[in-house]
This record gives sequence, structure tokens and C-alpha cells, in this order.
Amino acid sequence: MTQQPGEIKAPSLAEMQAIARKLRRHIVTMIGRVSSGHPGGSLSAVEIVSTLYFRVLRHNPRDPQWPDRDRFILSKGHAAPLLYATLAECGYFPVEELSTLRKLDSRLQGHPDRTLLPGVEMTAGSLGQGLSFATGVALAGRLDSKSYQVYVLLGDGECDEGQVWEAAMAAAHFKLDNLVAIVDRNELQIDGWTCDVMGLEPFNSKWSSFGWHVIEADGHDFTRLEEAFDQARMVKGQPTVIIARTTKGKGVSYMENNADFHGKAPTPEQVEIALRELE
Amino acid sequence: MAPSVSVREAYGKTLVELGRQNPDVVVLDADLSRSTMTHFFASEFPTRIFDCGIAEQNMVSIAAGLAASGKIPFASTFAVFIPGRCFDQVRMSIAQPRLNVKLVTTHSGITVGEDGTSHQAIEDLALACALPGLTVVVPADAIETAWVIRMAAATEGPFYIRLCRPGLPLVHNEDYRFELGKATVMREGTRATIIAIGTMVATALEAAENLQQAGIDCRVLNMSTLKPVDEAAIVRAAGDTGAIVTAEEHLEHGGLGSTVARVLARQHPVPVEFVAIKDTYAESGPPAELLRKYGLTAADIERAVRTVVERKG
Repeated sequence: MTQQPGEIKAPSLAEMQAIARKLRRHIVTMIGRVSSGHPGGSLSAVEIVSTLYFRVLRHNPRDPQWPDRDRFILSKGHAAPLLYATLAECGYFPVEELSTLRKLDSRLQGHPDRTLLPGVEMTAGSLGQGLSFATGVALAGRLDSKSYQVYVLLGDGECDEGQVWEAAMAAAHFKLDNLVAIVDRNELQIDGWTCDVMGLEPFNSKWSSFGWHVIEADGHDFTRLEEAFDQARMVKGQPTVIIARTTKGKGVSYMENNADFHGKAPTPEQVEIALRELE
Repeated sequence: MAPSVSVREAYGKTLVELGRQNPDVVVLDADLSRSTMTHFFASEFPTRIFDCGIAEQNMVSIAAGLAASGKIPFASTFAVFIPGRCFDQVRMSIAQPRLNVKLVTTHSGITVGEDGTSHQAIEDLALACALPGLTVVVPADAIETAWVIRMAAATEGPFYIRLCRPGLPLVHNEDYRFELGKATVMREGTRATIIAIGTMVATALEAAENLQQAGIDCRVLNMSTLKPVDEAAIVRAAGDTGAIVTAEEHLEHGGLGSTVARVLARQHPVPVEFVAIKDTYAESGPPAELLRKYGLTAADIERAVRTVVERKG
């Protein structure tokens, strides 16, 4: 725990579980209200992102541009509802603003826009660019002798993009031990199972052969995730990737492992069912 | 004609000067540092240059990350690769978030010569101009190049700066001062205005000299900032001379000619002719012969001027 004193108090495990349920309720509600958005990949990464924001990152919601903050870069920009819900719950902006998602004149664009919303580090939505961007941020941190860590969340489907592997090569070449990538390995992309659309295996050894320290973790287990982040900080001379096994649509029965809900909004009736399940 | 001076060398040496002044200036290259001349910077600041290998998309997004962290990155490669090969990276990593990245390409246009079509960037200005928020500048000689690079470092926001491979004759004096977004009147004239950019400025001056001897005096404008373009200078030229010829080492589509025509159509329609590459890819060959075959010589500009002067009646 290395947060700024007086900012966010590190929640207990039970509190984290409550936060995760709250974030999931926000995600379903926000997307349901505007009848558009990506629930599946937002729900799968809830534990990953909440662990970072509530237990790992050194950040200050009242000073989003604090130069020494740890950076979280959402490369899989379609998980914007999760990022927005988390930032709001941390106090970056009022929780009520979540209701403006995807509406005209909102700061909560369909995909994150760094020029509009404090706390958003990178404009995203076009997949494959986040790891490269994070590499640049990590290089800058090293040039400035800053101790901040750079975390970047990728989707597993996103790893079809060649640029991810260009960046993987570069980050290892530059020996960026201040860079941690997390892959939300839910094994689903829009057109179906990742193994059917474009085989990624052997996924772990791809990363290790590119020069990365690889950690596998259950992406819904707070304790295991925090251990993984602790371990990643210890690694020297190379970047770390945490391959987090997750379930797409996690927490909502009819969305779990259902590729249909990659980019489809629940109906009002489906929102009600989901919210009952997330009580 | 005046001896040629390398614009790429002017770029590389200006980078070193900037590097000494400001520790936040960093450089990226994609395995072409001897061609783009960023190797000068590498020799003096080895920890502040990042060779990204042959991976331009990655380089562009890394530059964005550096800019988001307070650095002033200059990212360089051949003009065929930026913005073309990594258009989406330039669009989403740099232009949309308006990050302070300077994209400086070399080997633009057909004067790259013998390497042929694969290496001839003739669409890059159209692509760059299509991106909201991107400032697009094409210097006409080594003196202007040094100015443009300094100005880009000092001006917050994304830039696309286009250089060529061959040296160019000096068209400016040592006391020249580049002003971003302002055209330079290279010579005055009344019958028509030649608006030129980059490699074509020297050619336009040669054409104007020949026309003068034939009794047609032309204004010549160097429109080094293509975006945002100097609309006032274009409208003034149309008003004063009543006819315009544009000259660029680029396709007729989406470059200088299109930009000038758009301004004139709205504000001051006059006869216009376009000296540019017509809707075609080029081929391998010596630069001078390519320029002749694809219609980019002083004689081509002279013909275009005679046509517009005749059309204005």
C-alpha cells in the first residue's frame, strides 16, 4: 500500500468485494440506460481495475496530474464503463455523472478521451496502441528518475494486433521494469472464442520468449491479484505481464461466457435481473 | 542555380541544438537514423534517443506516451511510413488527444528517385491534412527547415513536418524568419501568383524568372505551413493577380492545390491550375527525369501560368 496519506483508505477484502459489486451495478446500469456499450469486457476486469485503484496505485483523485502518480492505462478502451465507474468511486468526479455515459456533451465518451475526463491517461478505443503508449510513459519515467509504475490493461483479443508484439519486443529491449501489463484473459472476443478466431497459444510462453516476466493469476481473486502486483514490483531488468484468467460478463448469469454481450446492452428487463444478481 | 544544401542535415543538426537547450527534447527513429539524420542527436544524447526498430506504429504510440509525460518527442522515419503506415496510430495516439509530438519525415515525394513507387510518398500531405488538429509544415530549404524544427519544439501540439531526400538550393537568406501559418512572398508580381511548397519553391522561382523574361510577371508564395493555411495570403494573391497556379511534389488530391482551391472557392474564385502528380503512382528513375515525366518542372509551371493568365481574359 503506497497511496498518498490522507487520500483513499485501503479497503479490506470484504470491502473490496462490496466495491466490486457496486462497480458491476454501475456498469450494467450505465450501459442499460443508454442502450449501448460493452458490458462483457467491463465486467471481466472489475477485480483487476479495482485492486489497482483501491489497493495498489499511488494516486490522488484531487490531483489527477500529480507527476509522481502511478499510471493506469486502459488499452482495451471499450471497457470505459469500468474505468469511469472506478474513477467516480475513487472521487475523480461525481458518481451521478455516470448517467451521462455516451450522451451528447458528456465527458464520458463511448471510449475514453484523455482531453475530457481527469484521470484518463490515454485516449483509447483503437486496439493495440496502449502497450506502446505505456512504453513511452515508462521511458519518460526512467528519464526523469521517477519511481512511478506504469500499468496497462490489454484484452486478450486485442493481442491479435501486431502492434502489441512490437511493443512487447520494445519494452523488453528497453528493460522497462517499471512497466506492468495485465491481460484480461477471458478467452472471448466479438466473433467468439479467442482460440477459434485467432489462436494465441502458447500465450504465456509468447510473452516470456519476448523477454517478459510472466505471472499467471485468477483475475477475480483479489488476494492473488495483489500478490501478483507485489511480485511485479520486485522484478528488475524486464517488464512483467500478469495474465489474469477471467470470465467475460462475470457476475451476471446470462452474460457470463457469452460473446453476444461483448458490445450489446442489456434490455431494461435484463438490467433488473442483473441488478438482483449483484445485490 | 544556387548549390544544394541538405534539409535532412539541417534537421539533424537543429535537433542537437534543441537537445542542448532543453533536456525534455527526445528523439525516436525506426532504424533509419542515418537517413533521417537523427544520428547526430544519438551521438550526443544516447540516452534520449529511442530506436524502435522497423516498427513505425509502435514508435508513433511510444512518442505519444512520452509526450503525455512531458517530453517533446521528435519521431522520424520516411514519409511513406508516416502518416500512411500508421495512420490510425497518428490519429488516435497523437492527433485526437492533441499530444505534443513532432512527426518529422524525410524522403518524401518522387525525388527519392530510384527506389521507386514503394518509397515515394505522394499521398502523405492528404493524409496529414485530413487529421484535425495536426499542424502540417513543408520547409523549402535548409534555412527554413532549421526554423521550422525550432518553432515546432517551441509550439505545443502535434506537427507533421515533411522533408525530402535531395539537397535543395537555398531560397531564403540567413536573415529569414519563419512564421508559423504565414506564407512568404518570395517575389512580387501582378499577372498571376504561383503558390509553391517544399521542393517546388525553387522550381517556382525559376519559372517566375523565365516568365519575367517573356513579359509575364508573377508573384511567388512559399506556403510552407500547409495547415493551418494562410488564407489571407491566398485571397490577397487572388485579388491582386487574378490567377493562381499551385505547385507541389504530391498528388493533385488533398495537398496544396486542394487546400488553395477550397479557400478560393469560398472567398475569391479565380482561374486556378495545379502543378502536381496526376492520379498515378510513379516509378524508379533519376529524380530529375521523374520530375520531367510527372510534370513537375519549371516549364510545367510556366505552361500552367500561361493557361491561367489566358483564362482570366
